[in-house]
Amino acid sequence: MNLDIKTEHSKEEAILYIEGEVDAYTAPQLKEAIEPLTEKDGQLVTVDLTNVSYIDSTGLGIFVGALKSSEANNSKLRLVGLNQRVMRLFSITGLDEVIDIEEGKKEGTQ
Amino acid sequence: MADSYSLMQEQYRKILVTYLKEKNEQGLYYAQQFSKKVLENQISPEEVVSLHIEAIEELFPYMPEGAVDSFEFLLEVMMGYGLAYREHQSLRDKQRELENEINVAASMQQTFLPKEIPFVQDLDVGVLSVPASKMSGDYYHFVKDENGCVGLAIADIIGKGVPAALCMSMIKYAMDSYPEQRLQPGALLENLNRVVEQNVAANMFITMMYGSYDPRVHHFYYSGAGHEPGFYYNYAEDSFDELSAKGVVLGIRRDSSFLEYHKKVEPGDFIVLLSDGVTECRTDDGFIEREEITNLIRQYKHLPAQQLVENVFYQLEKLQGFQLRDDFTLIIIRREV
Repeated sequence: MNLDIKTEHSKEEAILYIEGEVDAYTAPQLKEAIEPLTEKDGQLVTVDLTNVSYIDSTGLGIFVGALKSSEANNSKLRLVGLNQRVMRLFSITGLDEVIDIEEGKKEGTQ
Repeated sequence: MADSYSLMQEQYRKILVTYLKEKNEQGLYYAQQFSKKVLENQISPEEVVSLHIEAIEELFPYMPEGAVDSFEFLLEVMMGYGLAYREHQSLRDKQRELENEINVAASMQQTFLPKEIPFVQDLDVGVLSVPASKMSGDYYHFVKDENGCVGLAIADIIGKGVPAALCMSMIKYAMDSYPEQRLQPGALLENLNRVVEQNVAANMFITMMYGSYDPRVHHFYYSGAGHEPGFYYNYAEDSFDELSAKGVVLGIRRDSSFLEYHKKVEPGDFIVLLSDGVTECRTDDGFIEREEITNLIRQYKHLPAQQLVENVFYQLEKLQGFQLRDDFTLIIIRREV
C-alpha cells in the first residue's frame, strides 16, 4: 500500500498531510518527506495524522528519527490528529512524553 | 563435462527416436525427465538445440538444406536465452550463498537466547518465542542470582530481520556484563538505555520490560521502557489486570529514568509478558483485541505454563492463517498454588 503525502508550506510552518498506513514498506517514503524539513533551522514541522489508520514500529522509528533531527537542527516537530490506536502506540512507548502531540481532529493549525 | 555431454547426446537421441516411432504420452514423459536432467547438469538452452541438431542430422541424413540452416538460425536465437540462463544460474548460486549466511546468523542468534529456563522452587515458567522470518527482533533473558531471585527481560527491537538481530547482540552483551547480583529493574534499564542510545541509528529503538522475582517473599519488581503492557492474573478474583510500566523506549534520551513498580504475588497468580507481535496480530477482520488474548489465556490457564503459552500461540497463529506477520514472544510466570 502506498502512503499519500501532501506538504503545505507557509512562512514558518510546514504541514504534512499523511494518508494511509505507515509500516516497514511506506516508512522510507515518510522519512524522505519529513527529514529534509526537520533539518531546517527554526522550521516548525507539523505532521497531520488524521488519515493514518495504522503505524507500526518501523513507522514510529521515523518519528523518533525526525525528533532527533529536529533537536539537532533547532527545528520543531509536532504531531496532530492521531486516532486512538495510533495514540495508544505513542503512549505505550512513552514517546508522547518526548514528542509534541495533539490528539484527535484539529481545525487549522494556529 | 565432455563425458556428460556425450552421454546426454546419446540419451537424447534415444528418447527422440522412441518418440518419433511411437508418438505417445510416454515419449513426452521422457522429454520432461530429460529437461530436468539438463537443468541439473547445467546444460544451456543452445546446447540443447545442438543436441537436437546432431540427433536429427544423424536420423535424417538427407534433410533439405533449408531445414538444416533453419536449425543453425534457431541456435543463434537461443544464444540470448543461454546468456540469461547463465545469469540466472549465478544469481541462484549467490542467493544460496546469502541464504547460508543468514542461516548461520540465525543459528548464532539462537545462542543469544537462554538455553533453558532456570528452575525456581514454587515457580512455573513458560516461554515461547517464534520469529516471523529467520531472524528475530524479539529478545528475552532469564538470570538467577545466588539468592534465587530471577531476573527476566523481554524486549522488542524495532524492525525485523538482520538489522534487529544485530541490535539484539548489543543488548545481550550489555546484559551479560552486569553483575550477578540482582540489579534493580529501573537501574538496569537506565544502564541499558545509555548503551543503546550511544549505539543505534537515529530511527532505531528498543522496548523492554524488565522484572525481578524474589521467590523468598514472592514479590515482583518491574520497570518498563515503552514495552507493550503485559497482564497480571489474580487467582483469588479470577481476573486479569494490565501490567504496564510507564517509561520511554530505550535509545531516545541519554538520561531517561524508569519508574519501578511492584506486585505481591499470591499463590496461583501469574504474570504474562509479551511482545507486540502478540497483540498486533492481524487477521482478516482487523486486529486482535487484548481481551481476546486474555480470553485465550483463561481458556488454557489450568495447564502448566509451558503448555499454556504453546496453546495460546497455536490459537493466535491459527487466527492469522499460520502466517506470522511479526515476531512473537510470550512468557508466563506463575506462583504455584
